[in-house]
Amino acid sequence: MKKILTSLALIGLVAVAAGAAGTRAIAAEEAHNVANPTHFPIDEPKEMDWSFTGPFGTYDKAQLQRGLKVYKEVCSACHSMNLVAFRTLSDLGYSDAQIKTLSAEYTIHDGPNDAGDMFDRPGKPSDHFPPPFANEEAAAASNGGAAPPDMSLLAKARGVERGFPQFVFDIFTQYDAGGPDYIHSLLTGYNETPPAGMVIPEGTHYNPYFMSGVSLKMPNPLSDGQVTYDDGAPQTVDQYSRDVSAFLAWAAEPHMEDRKKTGFRVLVFLLLFGALVYLTKRKVWEGVAH
Amino acid sequence: MSEGHSTYTPKTGLGRWFDARMPLPRLVYDSFVAYPVPRNLNYAWTFGGILSIMLVAQILTGIVLAMHYTADTNLAFGSVEKIMRDVNSGWLLRYMHSNGASFFFVAVYIHIFRGLYYGSYKAPRELLWILGCIIYLLMMATGFMGYVLPWGQMSFWGATVITGFFSAIPLVGDWIQQLLLGGFAVDNPTLNRFFALHYLLPFMIAGVVVLHIWALHVVGQSNPTGIEVKSKTDTVAFTPYATIKDAFGMIVFLFFFAYFVFYLPNYLGHPDNYIVANPLKTPAHIVPEWYFLPFYAILRAITFNVGPINSKLGGVLCMFGAIVMLFLVPWLDTSKVRSAVYRPWYKLFFWLFVADAILLGWLGSQPAEGSYVFMAQMATLFYFAFFLIALPVLGLIETPRRLPNSITEAVLEKNKGGSGHPAGATAAPETKG
Repeated sequence: MKKILTSLALIGLVAVAAGAAGTRAIAAEEAHNVANPTHFPIDEPKEMDWSFTGPFGTYDKAQLQRGLKVYKEVCSACHSMNLVAFRTLSDLGYSDAQIKTLSAEYTIHDGPNDAGDMFDRPGKPSDHFPPPFANEEAAAASNGGAAPPDMSLLAKARGVERGFPQFVFDIFTQYDAGGPDYIHSLLTGYNETPPAGMVIPEGTHYNPYFMSGVSLKMPNPLSDGQVTYDDGAPQTVDQYSRDVSAFLAWAAEPHMEDRKKTGFRVLVFLLLFGALVYLTKRKVWEGVAH
Repeated sequence: MSEGHSTYTPKTGLGRWFDARMPLPRLVYDSFVAYPVPRNLNYAWTFGGILSIMLVAQILTGIVLAMHYTADTNLAFGSVEKIMRDVNSGWLLRYMHSNGASFFFVAVYIHIFRGLYYGSYKAPRELLWILGCIIYLLMMATGFMGYVLPWGQMSFWGATVITGFFSAIPLVGDWIQQLLLGGFAVDNPTLNRFFALHYLLPFMIAGVVVLHIWALHVVGQSNPTGIEVKSKTDTVAFTPYATIKDAFGMIVFLFFFAYFVFYLPNYLGHPDNYIVANPLKTPAHIVPEWYFLPFYAILRAITFNVGPINSKLGGVLCMFGAIVMLFLVPWLDTSKVRSAVYRPWYKLFFWLFVADAILLGWLGSQPAEGSYVFMAQMATLFYFAFFLIALPVLGLIETPRRLPNSITEAVLEKNKGGSGHPAGATAAPETKG
């Protein structure tokens, strides 16, 4: 066993050295032209402190409520959230009555009724967030040819590759905020000026944190003071983007708290059970040289 | 090892009644209780048991998932999300199943490398080894088709790329590809047949596992010394000795598995698979699941034509050839000594091969450009050189270390020289292997 471990460690070292050398060679190749980058994002996402990361992470309900407000007042103008039902907003700390009121603010296109007609009705808790556009084509037509992505899973569907050796460390730090970090960085990354000589295609907006190019079609959606918070949280772009990123993390993974709580119990059980089985194993093998 | 006579004596009347009609309890007793195993097996030998429970776990979670899944291109993605959000403990089932596939492969890779290190494939275990290779092939097919079912971007584009390999085959390639896809491109018929096959293949795996275990019980387990069992003192009874050791190995393995299921459930996946499949939008980098990455690197390393073989066909040939190598191992290795413990040069090359496989895996995840391509070509060259040059040549030129006369002698020697414990006493955990 010791020998195997030593060998594994040696292999690890060799692999690290080879990987580092390779990465450095590539980096040197790529450092050529700031104005004409070939790898995106230009800047790595900023790692933020989130309440929901780590083995005991939980969602900050006040933050999720603020994030919902930002989504409702800003993002939902263009982005759908088709997979999220109003009833699940109880996770954010809302009562049944509040959810009823909140869902009734929305108009749901439903039908056909007995007469065969489609009709509009106020939303119910069992409904999902209605999309801002009738269909993907309409969404694309109103947004310069590309439909804004659905936001239900955005926090899990985005993530900048972490690279070697970071992805090894991520196992131990349980880094699972690639999506929220990316969204927060993107939303706060619009104010930077492009390097001299960089060509920004017309109708797009420079953002060094965008993962698929130098610029994206979505203009800067947030400005200071745009959304009114009633809990005294700062009304800044940074705070808005933190809150909406946290909200999207919940929307993408609503059972995260349950998952981590269950996980802790499972690991503790396996640890204790494993210890007992190990002691039994020692007892059984006692006196048998092997 | 199989001594041909059973020591089972039913103790109850019901037991005798059964035994006279259908001796299933006798089979179980002979296979999992009285069955003699070498006394010096280390924890690397617990992976067979671990793989069995992973297969059972995959089948059980998979059957429940199938009750909630819809194999239709318009509904599949949503049905998986329904499982994640609304089905009771659906998130747990789905994360267990998706990470279970990964850990199934973790276990099978350790199991295969263990076989390579200790020469477990040598006569009389060639058939046992080949049955294992067939299980591995079936696992790859199952894993690949399972990844298509959630109908995310990587599902769709992974399926497009991998089925595209078959079109490289001369004459019949296009026909095979269309047969796999049920059309000219990945679409609803593809999803439906992949779902049907994804449900079928695990049961075929279970069938081959039965053959694998049958073959194992005929020839008996190999062991770290690679010396065949010669007398009764070389072995212990499967129960309680191997059972309790396997149980401990399983729990440790499940601990790592649970760590990923509950804390890093998406670590081994790709973010793009949370975007619904879009045939009109190709992802920037199409990457298969991590357990295919070494083969993917080999595929993309062939960037040049060789005579009539163009780079595409060459890549596909090398990729399949990389798997064919495993089937040939029993005949490529010319050494008379089984275990790497007594083969200093083979041991070195074995660990270089492990490093090479890990390097190939990493290269498979990187874009095929710049210096990555050259590194992948060198690593591919070493991969094949290990099988085609190192295995046959080392066996002929290497001077093995002195072999002990028997397993018992090896065990007593180790206990005497090692940690200072008297023979027969419990050794320190780290010398147990």
